[in-house]
Amino acid sequence: MSEVIIKLQYYLQYPFVIYALIVGTLIALCSSLLGVTLVLKRFSFIGDGLSHVAFGAMAIATLMDQIDKTIIIMPVTIITAVLLLRTGQNTKIKGDAMVAMLSVGALAVGYMIMNVFSTSANVSGDVCTTLFGSTSILTLSSSEVWVCIFFSIVVLILFAVYYNKIFAVTFDENFAKATGVKTDRYNLLIAVIIAMIIVIGMNLVGSLLISALIIFPALSAMRIFNNFKSVVIFSGIISVFCAVFGMLVSILFSTPVGSTIVIADIIVFAACYIIGMIKGE
Amino acid sequence: MSYITCENLVLGYENQMVVENVNFKVNQGDYLCIMGENGAGKSTLMKTLLHLTKTLSGNLVYGDGLMDYEIGYLPQQTIVQRDFPASVWEIVLSGNISRLGFRPFYSKAEKKKAEEMLKKMGIWNLRNSGYRYLSGGQQQRVLLARALCATQKLILMDEPVSGLDPKVTAEFYQLIRNLNQDGVTIIMVSHDIHGALEDATHVLHIGKHEQQFYGTREEYMNSKAYKSLEIIDEIDADKEDAKL
Ligand SMILES: Nc1ncnc2c1ncn2[C@@H]1O[C@H](COP(=O)(O)OP(=O)(O)O)[C@@H](O)[C@H]1O
Ligand SMILES: [Mg+2]
Repeated sequence: MSEVIIKLQYYLQYPFVIYALIVGTLIALCSSLLGVTLVLKRFSFIGDGLSHVAFGAMAIATLMDQIDKTIIIMPVTIITAVLLLRTGQNTKIKGDAMVAMLSVGALAVGYMIMNVFSTSANVSGDVCTTLFGSTSILTLSSSEVWVCIFFSIVVLILFAVYYNKIFAVTFDENFAKATGVKTDRYNLLIAVIIAMIIVIGMNLVGSLLISALIIFPALSAMRIFNNFKSVVIFSGIISVFCAVFGMLVSILFSTPVGSTIVIADIIVFAACYIIGMIKGE
Repeated sequence: MSYITCENLVLGYENQMVVENVNFKVNQGDYLCIMGENGAGKSTLMKTLLHLTKTLSGNLVYGDGLMDYEIGYLPQQTIVQRDFPASVWEIVLSGNISRLGFRPFYSKAEKKKAEEMLKKMGIWNLRNSGYRYLSGGQQQRVLLARALCATQKLILMDEPVSGLDPKVTAEFYQLIRNLNQDGVTIIMVSHDIHGALEDATHVLHIGKHEQQFYGTREEYMNSKAYKSLEIIDEIDADKEDAKL
């Protein structure tokens, strides 16, 4: 045990370790906020589709390593989110099929690009990193750190400012619309925030696991709490706790950071599920 | 000028007509009951009045000081997600949503109004409870309180008592009767030809594809549309008897 603490102290002297922890905390906090909305508004499928599109964009971005990847991935993902929402509104079924096509299409094209054009010696390593997150969060470059911090703050501010509207639109869109709220605008805002969360979250857990980071904390909190505010706050706490715990474990035991965090989320979900059942009786 | 005037309305979805020839008026203080079989287009009419669906043709005019969006709404069978983690207080407060504009948070006055409506509906003691664990009757009261936060001019209800037991239904009708006496205009879709008609001042009956009747309650009682309903009702009752 003392060995672990000494090792931890050793790592925590380095500023880049601290930065990684800060970034991880911010990403975890942001990603948990829209979980309830994503689950209950049936936006989950959009979230999944978007993360695959983000993977495709990432593949293209890796080819141009002189600029920051986010500059390409962020706009592509946001635009896709907007387009998906537009088509999804018109005809429900077609929207679903379109997301499915887009996500597998983006995966295939992304993998192809990485294989054919990549100059890297370790292509499967790169692919694995984009899908499941860096093997270590510590490899983030300083520009990646700042981009993450910037977008996390944007997401937090947007969420705080539009909290009541997001609640109203999520709970009962028709009622909001009938009383004159421009619900399309807020749906758009929600989609854009989700896109931003997915892009920054990819740095932490990779594109395949980001949905888990968004959905698990919210599902856990929903088991225990009955009001929206507590659910949002508690999912933030769960998410940050699991992320910090996961990052420390991954640093100490060299486990892949994304999987470690998601496994921590799953364990907390199981615990909340049981607590919820006991409470419910 | 009336709150709502409908002239030769044709209702439907993307060129698929549901009802045509819809003509009626709603004046301040009215209690309009909308009758009709399943699938006749009652909910479609509600959605049209709320701007959730476009009219295919005809005129729909709001007047007498009623703004386009000053309509409170009680959705049919609370399509609102059953799993949604929201407290009664959060839901009722969200009735003020349209007044927020660019403001991020609710004002004192808006909170006060939510409190007032919760008390009026007799559910102030439930304010911290989770909506998803309430009984059907309590949930309807919550949604009614929310609608009243949005406006106290006109409330639209789509089959508000379906699924409620007779005692709770009677209490709910009493609640609406009180609101109507306080000056709230009511438009209610109902299946329940006896309970709902008792308090109504006007009746709109839509049949398949066409409006069957619009007029006062007394006129309706003597109309063919009502008689046809009663016959169906009696047949149903006979069937029930036969089963017993
Ligand atoms: N969103 C929709 N798109 C197309 N058709 C619809 C839609 N909603 C309802 N309908 C059709 O309109 C008709 C009237 O439905 P509705 O207004 O819900 O009836 P009611 O409420 O009187 O039972 C039905 O035939 C139904 O299939
Ligand atoms: Mg209906």
